[in-house]
Amino acid sequence: MSQEKVVKTTTDIDSLRSEIRDKSVRVIDVRREEDYKKDHIPTAVNLPLANLLSDDSPERVQKLVNSMGIDDETSVVVYDDTFGALASRVAWTLEYLGHSDVSLLETTYGAWKSLGLEQDNIIPEIQKKDHSINLRPEILATSDYLESSKDKRDVILVDNRERLNYLEQHIPGAISLPYRTLASSDKILRPKEDMKRLLDNRGISGDSEIITYCGSVGTLSGLAYYALKSVGLPNAKLYVRSFKEWKSLSKPTEKQEDANYWDLSAE
Amino acid sequence: MASNLKQSRPKPKKGKINWARNQEADYFANTVKLYRQGKYDSDSFRRFRLQHGAYGTRLADDYAMVRIKLPAGEIYPNQIERISQLSEQFSIGSAHFSTRENIQLHWVVLEDVSEILRGLSEVGLTSREACGNTVRNVMCSPLSGVCPDEEFDATPYALATARFFLRNPMAQNLPRKFKFNFTCCEKHGMVRMVDVGLIPQTREQDGATQKGFKIFLGGGLGNKSFVGHQLEEFTPEEDLLYTSIAVMRIFDRLGDRKNMARNRMRYLVNDMGWEKFQNLVLKERAIVRATQSVVTRLNVDNTPNEIKKPIRVSNESGSTAVDGYARWLKGNTFKQKQPGYYSVFVTLEAGDITSNQLHVLSELIQDFSSEGLARAGFSQNISLRYVHEDDLPHLYTKLLSAGLAKSGSLTMSAPIGCSGTTSCNLALTNSHRLAKEIQRKFLELKLDEDDDLRDSSIKISGCPNSCGQHGIATIGFFGGGGRVDKDMYPNYMMQLGGRSDGETMLGVSCLRVPAKRVIPVILKIIEIFKENKKPDDDLKSWIHRVVNGIDDSNIKSVNDLKEILTPLTLPPSKTEDPDFYADYGSDTSYHTKTGKGECAA
Repeated sequence: MSQEKVVKTTTDIDSLRSEIRDKSVRVIDVRREEDYKKDHIPTAVNLPLANLLSDDSPERVQKLVNSMGIDDETSVVVYDDTFGALASRVAWTLEYLGHSDVSLLETTYGAWKSLGLEQDNIIPEIQKKDHSINLRPEILATSDYLESSKDKRDVILVDNRERLNYLEQHIPGAISLPYRTLASSDKILRPKEDMKRLLDNRGISGDSEIITYCGSVGTLSGLAYYALKSVGLPNAKLYVRSFKEWKSLSKPTEKQEDANYWDLSAE
Repeated sequence: MASNLKQSRPKPKKGKINWARNQEADYFANTVKLYRQGKYDSDSFRRFRLQHGAYGTRLADDYAMVRIKLPAGEIYPNQIERISQLSEQFSIGSAHFSTRENIQLHWVVLEDVSEILRGLSEVGLTSREACGNTVRNVMCSPLSGVCPDEEFDATPYALATARFFLRNPMAQNLPRKFKFNFTCCEKHGMVRMVDVGLIPQTREQDGATQKGFKIFLGGGLGNKSFVGHQLEEFTPEEDLLYTSIAVMRIFDRLGDRKNMARNRMRYLVNDMGWEKFQNLVLKERAIVRATQSVVTRLNVDNTPNEIKKPIRVSNESGSTAVDGYARWLKGNTFKQKQPGYYSVFVTLEAGDITSNQLHVLSELIQDFSSEGLARAGFSQNISLRYVHEDDLPHLYTKLLSAGLAKSGSLTMSAPIGCSGTTSCNLALTNSHRLAKEIQRKFLELKLDEDDDLRDSSIKISGCPNSCGQHGIATIGFFGGGGRVDKDMYPNYMMQLGGRSDGETMLGVSCLRVPAKRVIPVILKIIEIFKENKKPDDDLKSWIHRVVNGIDDSNIKSVNDLKEILTPLTLPPSKTEDPDFYADYGSDTSYHTKTGKGECAA
């Protein structure tokens, strides 16, 4: 009985629980090690985001993936406790390496716990596997790439930082879509129809090439990358080094002039 | 494991009236698309946008401010929670309480406005007719129903009036905006500076008590302000709607539709003369009463709100010894006519509140208010009413940990500041930040505890239009630019002695005060007052005598004050003090820059 694998953006709670029971999934917990050690979703392995970011070259990522017992065919689900942003960055890294079957848990670990679902503190024994490197440069944007595409008409650049940060300074031509906009009250991403309407209103639709960025390491914009994927937008890229790199390279920026908007914010 | 489970509160009380229409969100989204495609001209679009409560933003066409109406100021826990979410998703992570019981979300992308409308409609709220030439939010005193001096609770009448005119065809295209204010009593006022102001009163007739109103017409604050006139001795409640309709019909017919700067009803009243206008209203009312084809009535729901002490989820006993409690109690709470109950006012800095604070507030209403809802106030604040006196220390502790326990809500140390250059097209100065700076200074000097200052007020507008209500402040300011040779600096005209109670009068211009000298000038006025006051004077009564030229101390007139204050206002050279030439919140040299106003669009 062969069934074609459907690539999905998020995995719902019930599916993950049954996949865990079937032992057909590798779950990655991207929280800090001390949090993971206290308790986590059963069978999950730990890959703190900071650990990944210390060196996210393909060779290193391959080693990490191998050590987590993931090969090209392994189904992977990633979760965090920071509204899906850290999990997104890890999931995207796996995708970039060439792993096709990776998705995000639809909710956070905090929500999982508050629902009273299974958790333990057992650190699973992992059998090393071999993952290939099959880079997917089409989902990555670099600063050079951004510069070269600034005159292209069909490119939409999306800034996922908070509105005030955007008003203060952003990459020229970017539109503002704060990461908070992407979630619903109990899920890390809005339901598909809701998300589609929201993005459609903002002109984010069709075959346009869409590049997301945020403040520093591509977490908030990683979540946005998955938001775009969740509604089937085919051509999304993550500017993974984001605004931090852009500024350090002294590239041009834009700001909203002539208004004291910061004074309108409450502390 | 159970410790991880969030304990749930009993279900929060929900609003009885659904102000929203679901389809308006889709309609708005589609209209924005048509406008972007050039299929809708910009004037028509602006009118449409304003009708739906989305205002333009300072020198930025792609952003809107969404003004959410809270009729009679009422807001329920689920509604506050929703606004918290929306502010985080679509605005700047905070929301803003206005002086007219609206909550505003600023710097919203125009294309996201429909998402906000959708979110609001799910909790029964609307921004419909919050802007534009319509009946704006119908206000009611936050103390209506609890004020010891009121004849009866005007809240049901305010709600019924709001309900009657919302989406009513007769209110969709008035010559200009139109405002109703209901209040509780003379002291808590605000009825003589609005198109229609109403104070509940009763009279005995044939052995029965009859309810009715004192109605004031033709007042208003603006570039030119006027005090309203009382229509008649007593307007019985059954005439309330007929009177409202009659006044609006006259305004609709005779109001100036050409001259944007003079088309509020107060100009019509002033040009025509009060007696003539009064006569017209009384005649028109007779016609309205006689010609309504069916009996048109206000749908007044006089069922009292259920007052029920909340069952607390957590019940740790609050210690009464928390720092600052006594000070907070004095400046932020109001003893209700209902024994044992208090109304608690939450001070916000110039009306700003973070999304997280809104979230906390939503829970505190459920946990502490026996009426299960909150009321927006007249001065960019919000009040939790029916808090039992035994719960006050506990509530204070909770507010304190959320940064919501700033002292002095009901005192002079909570100034009003309109949004100014933070978002308004017309603003010349950052009045918003100035209000915050004054508040910080007052609290630092503990002036909120000074009984002599308690009933006075400071109100600041960023331009001559009166969104900051400077005309009715004890000390009021409106923004402009000053100049030394080629260098400009932010400047304010100071007006003194304004008030909105039974002796309503507009402030008298005193002198221009540069932005960076406003605080020293206010402190100097307080100092002069202390030197010249009589034993039972407070600042408000003393200034009242000074501006009316009837004080017998050394300060006999506004001019005497001006003479003493002038040296404080002289501009230094730019090299001497460059900071003087920058507005609050800005480190660059000041220059005036404005866009087109939309109030009248």
